[in-house]
Amino acid sequence: MSTFKLGKMTLGGLFKKPETIQYPVQHRFAPEGRKGHITVDIDTCILCGVCMKKCPTGAIEVDKKAGVWSIDHFRCIQCGYCHRECPKDCLTMDPALPTVAGQKHRETFEKPAKEAAAEA
Amino acid sequence: MGKATVIPFGPQHPVLPEPLHLDLVVEDEKVVEAIPQIGFVHRGLEKLVETRDYNQFVYVVERICGICAFGHSMGYAETVESLMGIEIPDRAKMLRVIWHELSRVHSHILWMGLAADAFGFESLFMHCWRLRERVLDLFEATTGGRVIFSVVKVGGVVRDIDDDQLKRFVDVLEGIKDEYRQICDVFLTDRSVKNRTVGVGVISHDDALALSMVGPFVRASGVKQDVRLLRKAGYDMLDGFETITASDGDCYARAKVRALEVLQSIDIIEEMIRKLVPGEIAVAVKGNPADGAEACNVLEQPRGECYYYARGNGSKNLERMRIRTPTSQNLAGMTTALAGCDLADVNMIVLTIDPCISCTER
Repeated sequence: MSTFKLGKMTLGGLFKKPETIQYPVQHRFAPEGRKGHITVDIDTCILCGVCMKKCPTGAIEVDKKAGVWSIDHFRCIQCGYCHRECPKDCLTMDPALPTVAGQKHRETFEKPAKEAAAEA
Repeated sequence: MGKATVIPFGPQHPVLPEPLHLDLVVEDEKVVEAIPQIGFVHRGLEKLVETRDYNQFVYVVERICGICAFGHSMGYAETVESLMGIEIPDRAKMLRVIWHELSRVHSHILWMGLAADAFGFESLFMHCWRLRERVLDLFEATTGGRVIFSVVKVGGVVRDIDDDQLKRFVDVLEGIKDEYRQICDVFLTDRSVKNRTVGVGVISHDDALALSMVGPFVRASGVKQDVRLLRKAGYDMLDGFETITASDGDCYARAKVRALEVLQSIDIIEEMIRKLVPGEIAVAVKGNPADGAEACNVLEQPRGECYYYARGNGSKNLERMRIRTPTSQNLAGMTTALAGCDLADVNMIVLTIDPCISCTER
């Protein structure tokens, strides 16, 4: 009977773990190397601005004088270009996905004033 | 015959995965003419070459379409590499082939699910998409992304797949193959599937050639047309490649070609993994494309032959980037197949060309 061709697979599903998860109570396993979001180690960063030049969407802004590195996660496409081009390896791709937000905002990192002045 | 009536079909329609509008001229229940209209998702991506440099543009082309994302980035990178005379390492070529064939697996399984949904076979649809999730998980584990991978760059690829991941890759593929064979069996032999597909929307061999159709659509009409037969860009490392064709040219033949191509792609991936050579995955790229330099490239996307053209102007931005996508070649074939069909078969015919309007409009 052609009707029961999928029977084995469908009935077999009764004895297997569900394919779906109870989101948001449960979260999917995040594989190592997943493109989640970009984070910066501001202490190592020299505010050279290479990441800002390479970013295809203009999500990153670097103000060397003010000692500020900022990213708009809503414009970032997680391509990882900045992370690969960073001369000091201070950018990392965190596997955690960006969180849901009610308002669009930039994430800003400030370098301590003394260090920023020394870098400038 | 009754009076001719025009029925609008799409761009929002439950059966359409993408925004395509058809004006169906019907007489009683027969479609006498179908007039397609596109233009709902044009984003002007080709124009962006003027403001994004040739390295950044990889991330633009892979956003042309969510399903052919990898193929577009690979096709674009190959075009720019040939424009600049760059030879990429063999390992990078092989990794690109592995991911590209995996994209074909995911695209075809997605299509089979949509087709099953269109002819009302809900459980088959769910099994297809359940299986596709495993393919997406493989992508996520190896590239970091599930739909957009950003793993190709001009000069090679940005990530390698280590031996442990390759072993897992093969294990998962074997599991998929086993379950896929059962799904494939239903797709190709079930009476309810055949009732909706056999003898519907027939395109003859001669019409297929005259209308310049591409991909599984043309192969289902018995035309042996496949860019992979050119054996270029990594495909030359395969022992042999025989394209899958069918002769009937109806919806069933098109479903059959796609269904069997999934198994063929899995075999290609397994062969590539066995032969994967150690070494570098990218070469350093310096300089800009020369002024007036031109390059073109073809690539077999899941939906058929995709053509890329690039022209440099001596700066870091390209002068022109042109992509001709498979669906733009197939729209003429689709309207021909629709002429004379029953109104109830329109959804099956439209789906079996697997239209990708995002690609077509860019």
